[in-house]
Amino acid sequence: MISVSNVNLTFETNDGPVNALRDVSLEVNEGDFVSFIGPSGCGKTTLLRVIAALETPTEGKVTVNNMIPDDARKAREYGYVFQAAGLYPWRTVSGNIKLPLEIMGYSASEKEDRTRKVIDLVELNGFEKKFPWQLSGGMQQRASIARALAFDANILLMDEPFGALDEIVRDRLNGELLNLWGRTGKTICFVTHSIPEAVFLSTKIVVMSPRPGRITDIIESPLPNNRDLDIRDSQEFIKIAQRVREGLKAGQTEDVF
Amino acid sequence: MKKLNFADKFFPVSTIVLLIGVFWYLLAVPMNSEKVSRQFKDLPASEHILKCWSLKKPKLPTPHQIFSEIVNTTFYKKISSKRSLVYHGWITLQATLAGFFLGTLLGILLALGIVHNKAMNLSVMPWVIASQTIPILAIAPMIIVVMNSVGVTGLLPKAIISMYLSFFPVVVGMVKGLRSPDQIQLDQMKTWSASSNQILWHLRFPSSLPFLFASLKVGVAASLVGAIVGELPSGAIAGLGARMLAGTYYGQTIMIWSALFSAAFLAAFLVFTIDFLQKIILKKMAIVR
Repeated sequence: MISVSNVNLTFETNDGPVNALRDVSLEVNEGDFVSFIGPSGCGKTTLLRVIAALETPTEGKVTVNNMIPDDARKAREYGYVFQAAGLYPWRTVSGNIKLPLEIMGYSASEKEDRTRKVIDLVELNGFEKKFPWQLSGGMQQRASIARALAFDANILLMDEPFGALDEIVRDRLNGELLNLWGRTGKTICFVTHSIPEAVFLSTKIVVMSPRPGRITDIIESPLPNNRDLDIRDSQEFIKIAQRVREGLKAGQTEDVF
Repeated sequence: MKKLNFADKFFPVSTIVLLIGVFWYLLAVPMNSEKVSRQFKDLPASEHILKCWSLKKPKLPTPHQIFSEIVNTTFYKKISSKRSLVYHGWITLQATLAGFFLGTLLGILLALGIVHNKAMNLSVMPWVIASQTIPILAIAPMIIVVMNSVGVTGLLPKAIISMYLSFFPVVVGMVKGLRSPDQIQLDQMKTWSASSNQILWHLRFPSSLPFLFASLKVGVAASLVGAIVGELPSGAIAGLGARMLAGTYYGQTIMIWSALFSAAFLAAFLVFTIDFLQKIILKKMAIVR
């Protein structure tokens, strides 16, 4: 589905080159829920942006659905959810969801159908005609997810979508996201800096470290796909969380120079 | 902060108007005193002051003289009469609106070019700024003369001068406005592989509207100045500018001031109209609440 091999990415800045990604390799299979976790500066967002063709790697090879990322972008193979909901203030919730459909040239009836479908999916029924400022932060982010789902790409890339929300709302949205993933069978790549969030959501956890940005551990989760919030008290959950924490710690102390 | 309503604004504004009025009447006394002394010998002080406020050709006419002239020439003259302020105002307003329309169009087109074309981005702005460093009074007669020599007279040369003044705020505001969407919004458009036309129409243009309206308010006032300046060097016989010019020829200070005030009222009216449109449109688009 998504294959990243030996990717290096160096940004030229005024303070000299910054090694944002070094020798990153990763396979994501169809239907996976993959989390990228690490401290800021570890390149987790950059990696997601490379997959989305928003950044170009300096070296290495990336394929998305057997295409180079830029072709995959043009073929609209993925939906991208940003850190900020980024809804258009002059459009209602349904107007915002229709925006990518308008850009992609869907017919009016198809726009209606798809909008209704994704509004059901994120449970925003009754809020179609509200403007973004009339919604809470959590609801705005749900609308933003609905918008990314509207054109039915089979990959969903999410860059800390719940980072700005409080823990209670975040827990609920995590549950809903898992549910949505279960029902749609999408492949999801999810950037986060929260260990419980990463362990709870993922089938595969990619632990990353900064300076240079690199992968220190890839954990295949033994947790069942069908899980609820209570699983966070189970032994397995705690063991995985421990391994993630170890991976993050190792990245900090490891001497890379 | 609480939104101010009419009653909240009325008292401070009227206080300032009152203060200016008082200062004006005080100033009119020393300004006109010499002329009064020449015309009327040995008046008692109180009558001397009253005369200062009611001369036929004072150095500084008083507000009531100016306003009675405005009322007189606005409401008590036929609007087709050469002595009607409505007639002159209408002539100037036509050139203003034509110039404002052309200037806004030119400004938006230049801004679109600057935002979408790399060469224009690097090259156009210095010229736009340079154009505004040339005094309009120097360039206005040239435009009038050149256009006159190719047989174009009347409204268009004045409108061109208005355009020359009013396109500038529109370019500056629109470039800023079209670039106001943040990186996330632009990246998002990229993930949908939107064309630059779609980005312009769905994102850049709506985002730029608040900037556009701010520019239009400056632009429309500049247009009016342009139209009046365009009437000065051409020996025009109609328009508020021509009215001011005629006033200076014949020493009719009251006429000059009444044309000046009419121009100010016209400008205020135009700016308020745009402000009104801005409130309605932006509210309708839910950009402001």
